[in-house]
Amino acid sequence: MEKGYWKDYQKAIATDNYFYERSCIRQTFFPGSENAFIKIIREELGLKIIDDKNLHTCSGIGYYSGIVPLETTMTVIARLFSLMSETSSRNFVSSCVTSFGLINEVLDMWEHFPEKLESTRYYLKEATGRSFELPHNVAHSSDIIYLHRKALKKKMIYSLVNKKTGEPLRVVEHIGCHYAKIFPQHGVGGAEFPQVLAGIIKEWGGQVIDYPERRHCCGFGFRQYLIMANRGYSIANSKKKFESMKPYKPDFIISNCPGCSMFMDRWQYTIAEMEGVTYDDEQKGIPVLTYEELTGILLGYNPWELGLQLHQIQCEPLLDKIGIPYIIDKKYIGKSGKKLNHPLKPKNIIA
Amino acid sequence: MIDYYSLLRRDIRFVEGLNACMNCGVCTAICPAAEFYNYDPRSICNILMTKDNEKIEHLLKTDSIWYCGQCLSCKTRCPRGNVPALLISALRHLSQVTGLFTNSEKGRQQYAIFKTIGENIINTGYCIHLALINLKLHPEQGPVMVWYKENAEDVTDLLGANYNKLGEGALRKISQDNLDELKKIFNITGGTDLYNSINKYSKTKAKELNINCEDTIENSAYFFHVFLSKE
Ligand code: SF4
Ligand code: SF4
Repeated sequence: MEKGYWKDYQKAIATDNYFYERSCIRQTFFPGSENAFIKIIREELGLKIIDDKNLHTCSGIGYYSGIVPLETTMTVIARLFSLMSETSSRNFVSSCVTSFGLINEVLDMWEHFPEKLESTRYYLKEATGRSFELPHNVAHSSDIIYLHRKALKKKMIYSLVNKKTGEPLRVVEHIGCHYAKIFPQHGVGGAEFPQVLAGIIKEWGGQVIDYPERRHCCGFGFRQYLIMANRGYSIANSKKKFESMKPYKPDFIISNCPGCSMFMDRWQYTIAEMEGVTYDDEQKGIPVLTYEELTGILLGYNPWELGLQLHQIQCEPLLDKIGIPYIIDKKYIGKSGKKLNHPLKPKNIIA
Repeated sequence: MIDYYSLLRRDIRFVEGLNACMNCGVCTAICPAAEFYNYDPRSICNILMTKDNEKIEHLLKTDSIWYCGQCLSCKTRCPRGNVPALLISALRHLSQVTGLFTNSEKGRQQYAIFKTIGENIINTGYCIHLALINLKLHPEQGPVMVWYKENAEDVTDLLGANYNKLGEGALRKISQDNLDELKKIFNITGGTDLYNSINKYSKTKAKELNINCEDTIENSAYFFHVFLSKE
């Protein structure tokens, strides 16, 4: 079934000369992932990517929480387009699934309501003196990795195979609601047969787990997570996914969206602390990787320079399964070379 | 009485989001908020289709419009091309502009989002940034995050970031000229007005409830009142 349908949801992805839009969440929780992405594009693939010092938020978290008006968000995004328009690139690459979804929404609204595009042009000009062109191509940064997955595979030292058993690793992938639920035609594989991460996993030797709640939301919910009184919503949604994936014994989770990556890591810790429950057999939790971290470790990058030490669920069991060496004594050493104190250990999860 | 329905019709999200709902309930079936809360996007569509101004006013005053998590799962599934999430966005906007949001517990929480995400955007150019995360508000972040924040600069340097410094790179400081342009965008497009509206109506509500509402979060009992929803 799957094979026949997902091919209908192919999308055009620009092949080179990218304008990179950084993500507030990815920079905060996974700065090493953004750094690795740029390195992969420039050094592994020999392609061009522009990292603009004038970038700023798209305002997406504020917009979806209701505190930023639509017109404001449109004009903030128009300023990002204006920065892109000053460069040679028209291939906008977003590092955030929320931003990617929001930009597609704004472009769609401008198409349906051209007067909104005109008023946005007016607002931006009045406020900043700037004008802007529309991007020729909008992609999420994982689309770019997906597009170049075969070229990257040729450079990889490791694959998604259990070194001891020779079996493919069992992987849960989570593409994030705003990647393809808003506009299935803009996501590889659409909302039904998500391929952007599944294609990468299969290409690199792993096996994708198709579990019942695969497409369910991680539970961010914007105002639901941001307000402590509502956070039960957030954790309950992740819990539903963990319970559904548990019987399939995933070796790890890979997530498209920086927010989902963080939540699926932190909520496993929180559930363990609250209820003593973990979703693996060893009370260690299921490691959650970003696609940049996954690409990086298979290319042989130093896990501590990718930022795997920032995960609450420890990633060493996964590195061991693949056979990736690491120096544990260097885990808590920063750029200065100074030995840093270690984080406290959680109560109910082995770290 | 304000003609809420006409005001909603001026929001393109409302126009885009509602095309003759057939009340099938598919949106509610897939909605993660409906599973967790006493929330039903189908009935929101139903109320809006009545165009009944009193019912709409009631909606703007209640918790019902604040449960949606904006996952947009309803957009993928609605056989009529409706988007309950967009209707919710239009309703939330109107509720905040008119001050009706302070009538409900969930609505009042908007003040805490304005004080965190809202002020972050305008003051720093980020919705969130490592330096801005207040771990007292986020115990779920765990001990590794505590360690990460304590050693932020040394660790992010190793990861190739440019922590709080000008120039390119992750977590860089966004320069004042960029922030000035963002501020002007907020001023001209109604962003500043909405912030002011949330602030003004929240302060009025705090007074009414006799709860102190200072501008610094640490000293604002009202902030914690809405953030923790202590009644
Ligand atoms: S899925 Fe669409 S048509 Fe069905 S109840 Fe929801 S909004 Fe109405
Ligand atoms: S966007 Fe809101 S209404 Fe729609 S499915 Fe998600 S939580 Fe439900």
